[in-house]
Amino acid sequence: MATLLKPVDVVTIGVGLTGSLAALELGQAGLKVVGLERGSGRETVPDFQSPPIHDELRFAIRKAFMQDNAKVAVTFRNASDQTALPIRRWESFLPGQGPGGSFVHWNGQSFRAQVADFIWRTHTIQRYGQKFLDSCGPELTIQDWGVTYDDMEPYYARFENLCGVSGKAGNIKGQIQPGGNPLEAPRSGEYPNPPQKEPHFGAIFRKGAESLGYHPYPQPSSNLSRAYTNPLGIKMETCIFCGFCERFACPHYAKASPQTIILPVLLQDPNYELPALCEVLRINLDSTRKKATGVTYVDDTGQEFEQPTELVLITAFPLNNVRTLLLSGIGEPYDPKTGNGVVGRNYSYQTTGGPTIFMDESINVNPFMASGACGTMIDDFSGDNFDHSNLGFIGGQYVGAIMTNGRPIEFHPTPTGTPTWGLEWKQAVARHYNHTILVQQHGTSASSRLNYLDLDPMYKDAWGQPLLRMTFDFPENDIRMSQYIADKVVEIGRAMGGKQIIRGGTKRPYSVTFYQSTHNAGGAIMGDDPKTSAVNQYLQCWNVPNVFSLGASAFPQNITYNYSITIGALTLWALDAIKNKYLKSPGPLVHS
Amino acid sequence: MSDISRRTVLTATAAAGATILPAALPSGSIDDLVSICSGEARAAATPAATPSSATTPDQAPRTTYLFFNDQEAALIEAAVARLIPKDEQWGGALEAGVPNYMDKQLGGAWGAGERLYRSGPWHQGEWTQGYQLPFTPAELFHAALAAINRDLATAGTPFAKMSADDQDAYLKKLEAGGQDLGGVPSDVFFDHLWELTLEDFFSDPVYGGNRDMVSWRMIGFPGAYASYYELVDQHGIKIDRPPTSLGEDLYRHIHIDPNIPAYAPPNNK
Repeated sequence: MATLLKPVDVVTIGVGLTGSLAALELGQAGLKVVGLERGSGRETVPDFQSPPIHDELRFAIRKAFMQDNAKVAVTFRNASDQTALPIRRWESFLPGQGPGGSFVHWNGQSFRAQVADFIWRTHTIQRYGQKFLDSCGPELTIQDWGVTYDDMEPYYARFENLCGVSGKAGNIKGQIQPGGNPLEAPRSGEYPNPPQKEPHFGAIFRKGAESLGYHPYPQPSSNLSRAYTNPLGIKMETCIFCGFCERFACPHYAKASPQTIILPVLLQDPNYELPALCEVLRINLDSTRKKATGVTYVDDTGQEFEQPTELVLITAFPLNNVRTLLLSGIGEPYDPKTGNGVVGRNYSYQTTGGPTIFMDESINVNPFMASGACGTMIDDFSGDNFDHSNLGFIGGQYVGAIMTNGRPIEFHPTPTGTPTWGLEWKQAVARHYNHTILVQQHGTSASSRLNYLDLDPMYKDAWGQPLLRMTFDFPENDIRMSQYIADKVVEIGRAMGGKQIIRGGTKRPYSVTFYQSTHNAGGAIMGDDPKTSAVNQYLQCWNVPNVFSLGASAFPQNITYNYSITIGALTLWALDAIKNKYLKSPGPLVHS
Repeated sequence: MSDISRRTVLTATAAAGATILPAALPSGSIDDLVSICSGEARAAATPAATPSSATTPDQAPRTTYLFFNDQEAALIEAAVARLIPKDEQWGGALEAGVPNYMDKQLGGAWGAGERLYRSGPWHQGEWTQGYQLPFTPAELFHAALAAINRDLATAGTPFAKMSADDQDAYLKKLEAGGQDLGGVPSDVFFDHLWELTLEDFFSDPVYGGNRDMVSWRMIGFPGAYASYYELVDQHGIKIDRPPTSLGEDLYRHIHIDPNIPAYAPPNNK
């Protein structure tokens, strides 16, 4: 029997980026908030301290900070006529676990989306016509977000200030700024901090890209270029380019994470509780199934609790948001045969994978001197920044020398033709390690009616509940896009002085056997039509208005960029609606 | 002493059932005794980071096997010596202590299936779906190594006694797949063997391999000490200081100033 707890105002399911931000804002509005987190507690001191944090094997290879998939995995197949099987070890994407979530082990790559991203369907049809869109793939189901870039701009600015993003504006209110990205969406002001220093690989890329007429700019970074005090009064330090960023936690208070930008203030709030090691089983609904009454969870001793609440915010990793909705029976599950249903619809991913550029052995790249986001890059091939009329695809990728580390288990490049082991391999590794540059291609992934999430009929988690089932392959559109850009990037590699280049580009089939991106998106998407979206433009469930699903599960398809800053902005947007509209009059914020 | 004879000595020692502990080192050189007296032998026998002088860097370190049996250990030692061989300048996987690392990894949580989803039913599926065998890493190694040793017992020459060329050919045959090793496809076993070899050749010496940080010195990776704010914009410089291990924490040269805690102002609310 579940123990019935005293009611609270708000429960967040997960305490990562969205969960801590929501608790902060709603706590400050005077509400009693409980954050339920399945991982155990962890703080910068003593948990993230160096030198133990600089352990490639433990954190990068054995993935100590990731969701324990011995307990909760995800099943996967490329197409609905295959049998999904459990992803028995994480490789392709790495959901975090513990307070701070994936926003602890991220790289700090801090982009805004573009104007066209929020209205991708409308924009594409306006610029190229419906026929063109259809020709890119009849299975594509891209749609508008229901919010615009102008809606989001103030929230982007607020979230960047919270993180202390270090960058150089390229477009302030339509005025192009030297040194920044001239192709970015207009900003209301400069970044809170100047860009990080440019490492050698970035300088080499800059020269090559400039010689071809492209527009290189310093990557915006939440690894700070200088000491900073954020609007909550929390002090952060200067990043020291340690080369242990993604998959690790920052020991230096130099990377934005809930631990460095939110929790020090939130945890002082007497109205906030953060019991760790709580596995939420489901959201409970009343007999009308239109109102949530609370959540049921199991703690680390195996005891079951029912936490009554007025408002439930699902603030987990995107895949777990969708699973929570499905396990709770909120929203109609997507049916790929009919196209009906919304929960699980439009799951999308990210196209990644650029070339390896082998430089002359006189050039020391020193890849280990890096932050997670100190690259130099171009937006000339991002989103719709180039004319797609005769290309037969939509979408694009940013391109940049964004090396985040020289950790040798992960990074030991050898040229094409080198044996995969043995003496020749070893000597090639020694020869090329410090003279090789990885260039990233990172971009959009269009949503498709063939790609979706639902509950697996066979495999269960440690509590006996169905795992989430992922059915996904990249649409051919994405492959055409990525391969087109791969050719352009080889040209950049030559202009950088590359002696040998291993071409990049995404291929089919998608495989979960190697790392690609932790930017899983969609599955509980936002929109203005309850027939094609699971949540409205304020991320509120259409049919259970006291449940909100915050985060990238709301993206109707994936954008060019790393998505954390957009998640933060979208969360602040939704929280403003909750504070200013919902709390005054609980109920649907949008009437369908 | 050549590679082959060194391995033979190790195999013979293990086969005799000698427990290789610091206090019971096999009769050896004066160097060994000096090591014991100075406490350095302990560093050689345990997964510690301190550069060991119990054996010189171009020799294989002595390993106390807790997971592999004698036959398995002989095969593993011979195999990793081919996967990453030593050359004139740098020791290879055997000299780096990779067999010791594998032994401890497979005998520990990783070998038992840490972070491995282990519920059935078991289907092979598509390659894109990743590893789908019911074996833990420990079970996988035991099954495959036993099958290889059985196979070679029939042929007459154990792996460790083959010529280097024959060993390479045998490993390539495993890598190509198509062979059943006690239920483990040979390419799956090869991938596991290579993965563990690679991991340890490059991981921190605290895990029992990468002795003397040989791989880090070979490629120029400076290791766990990592603070480059002043250097990152000095493009093209060569870092030539010796690398540092996690095990050197006792010097506290990496520890940041404990007087910089996360700071929340009073009366923030």
